[in-house]
Amino acid sequence: MDGKADGIDVAEVAKLARLELEPDRIPSLQKEMEAIVGYVNMLAELDTDQIEPTVHAVDRVNIIREDVPGEPCPRELMLRTAPATVDDELVRVPQVLPGEGMA
Amino acid sequence: MMNGSDPVTLTVREASAGLERGDFSSTELCRAFLDRAALTEPKVRALLSLDPEDVLRQASESDARRKAGHALGPLDGVPVTLKDNIAVKDAPCTCASKILKGFVSPYDSFVARRLKNAGCVLLGRANMDEFAMGSSCENSAYQKTANPWGLDRVPGGSSGGSAAAVASGITCAALGSDTGGSIRQPASFCGVVGLKPTYGRVSRNGLVAFASSLDQIGPMTKSVYDAALLFDLIAGHDDGDTTSLPGDSGGCAADLAAFEEKGADLKGVRIGLPKEYFELDGISGEVRAVCEQAKETLRSLGAEFTEVSLPHTKYAMACYYIIATAEASSNLARFDGIRYGYRSAEAADINSVYFRSRGEGFGPEVKRRIMLGTYVLSSGYYDAYYLRAQKVRTLLRRDFEKAYESCDLIFTPVSPVTAFRFGEKADPLQMYLSDIFTIALNLSGDCGISIPAGIAAESGMPSGIQFMAPALQEKRLFRAARAFECARPQKEFRASL
Repeated sequence: MDGKADGIDVAEVAKLARLELEPDRIPSLQKEMEAIVGYVNMLAELDTDQIEPTVHAVDRVNIIREDVPGEPCPRELMLRTAPATVDDELVRVPQVLPGEGMA
Repeated sequence: MMNGSDPVTLTVREASAGLERGDFSSTELCRAFLDRAALTEPKVRALLSLDPEDVLRQASESDARRKAGHALGPLDGVPVTLKDNIAVKDAPCTCASKILKGFVSPYDSFVARRLKNAGCVLLGRANMDEFAMGSSCENSAYQKTANPWGLDRVPGGSSGGSAAAVASGITCAALGSDTGGSIRQPASFCGVVGLKPTYGRVSRNGLVAFASSLDQIGPMTKSVYDAALLFDLIAGHDDGDTTSLPGDSGGCAADLAAFEEKGADLKGVRIGLPKEYFELDGISGEVRAVCEQAKETLRSLGAEFTEVSLPHTKYAMACYYIIATAEASSNLARFDGIRYGYRSAEAADINSVYFRSRGEGFGPEVKRRIMLGTYVLSSGYYDAYYLRAQKVRTLLRRDFEKAYESCDLIFTPVSPVTAFRFGEKADPLQMYLSDIFTIALNLSGDCGISIPAGIAAESGMPSGIQFMAPALQEKRLFRAARAFECARPQKEFRASL
C-alpha cells in the first residue's frame, strides 16, 4: 500500500457510529482520519496469511459456573442512574414508533 | 500533627508502620493530606472530586477499628486515590467525560472492594483523559491537570490525575489504568512508580471499558515496595471478569522483603536491550542520557546487558490503533443516552437521543477514536484492518517470546521525551506516536513497570525507565526495580511545589 487513505465517507461512518457531528468539524475530521488510516495501512506490508490472530492476550477458554442464583444489583439503584424514569420503575424514552403515541 | 512525618513523601509502607505504632491516627494522616490538597489542588488540579467529609468519616471508622483491636490489616487507614474510571459505590464516576456528568456508581469495582476490605481510605477521584484516551490529560472534559514538577507542563496520561496526586503528595498512592501506557507514561512524567500488571491479573470488573483486550488496572506509588504491596492487594481471580486469571500475586511484597535481606543485587540477571527501540529517531538527548546512566547503575548491581530484537516494533503503533479504536467503538456504544449518563435535552425521538446525546456528550478525541473504530470494523474492512491487526499482534507477541529466550527482562525508556508543555502536541498522530515504548506491552499482555531514574538535564523534569517481563513475572520486575531504586544516583523524587 502507498499509505494513502483517500475518500473516507465521514458522514456515513458517523451515521454508523450514531454520532452527530457539527458540519464544520467534518472536513478536519476527514483529514485526521485519512492521516491515521494512511499510517495504519503499513500493516499491509506484512504477509499474515498463515498467522493466527490473537484475540486475547492470555489464552482463555469459556468458563462455566454453577447455576446458582446470586444477589443482583437492586433495580432501584440501577434506575437511579437513568436520565429519566416513569414511576421509578421504568426507563423513560422518547417515542420509538412513528404515529400517534401515548402521552 | 504528624509527629515529624512529611505527608508529601510518606509511602504506604511508612504510613502503615506509623499507624501500627500509633505515631498518628488515620484521621490525622488524612487531615494532613486534605490540608496539603487545599494548598496544592488550586494549582495542580489532580482530582475531579474530593469529599473531605467522606474521607474523614472513613478515617475515623478505621481509627475506631484499630482502637478496638480489629484493624482489617496493615493498610487499614491508609489513603489511596482512584482514577475516575474505576467504580466506587455512591461516588461519582465520570471518566472525565460530559456524557457521565453526575453519574454515581451503584456498585463497587472489584479493586475498590479489595481496598475497602483492607480498610484503605478512598481519597478523591483522579482526573484523566476522557475515557482514558490520551497521553496528557488534556482530553479531560473538565480540567487540565498540571505536572507538579512544572506547572506549565502536562502530567502525562491518561492516568495523569493519579500520577499528579501521588507526586504532589496529597495521597499515599493511587490506582490507574493502562491500555497503551496510561499508567507508565504519567508515572515517568511525574517521578513516581507505575506498574502495568499482566493482562488478567487484576480484575477489570467495575473499570469502565476502553479496549477490553488491552485494559489493565495497576498501582501508582512513591516506591517500588508500595507498588508490590498494592499489587498484592488488588491481584487475584474474580468470577466477575471472564478474563481474570486463576491464582493471586504470590506475595510480591514478601518476596521483595526477602530479596532486600539478601542484599538486593542483580547478579546473573540478563537484561535485554531491544535494538529497534534504541534506534528510533525522536528519543531526546536528555532521555537517552538518563537511560545510559541507569544502565551504568544496573551494571554496577551485577546485571548483564544483551542486545535483543523485536523486529515488528515499527508495526506496533498501527496495530494498537486499530485494535484499541475498534474495541472502544464497540464498548462506548453503551453510552446512548438511555440507561445512564447524559441525554440531550434537544432529542425528540429515539434516534436523535442516540445521535445528539453522543454528539454532545463525547469530546473530540473520543469521537475521533469511535469514528476510526467504526470505520475499521465497518462492512468490507474487517479483514483488512481488525483481523490483520490481530494477526500482527501475534507477530508482536512472538517477538517478545523469542527475545525472552535470551534475557530475563527488557529495558527501555518509558517515553521518548519528558513531560511536554500544554498544547505542544496538537496533532493527534504525533500524540499517538509518543506512546511507542509502552503500547507493545499491552498488545503482548505481559507486565511492565516504570520507575523514576533521574532528572533530565535540559527540561529539569523527571524521567523514568521501563522494565518489561514475561506474563506473570511481576516478582522479577519488582526485584529489578527495587534494586535499581536503592542504587540510583538520585535518591529522592520530590516535586517542589
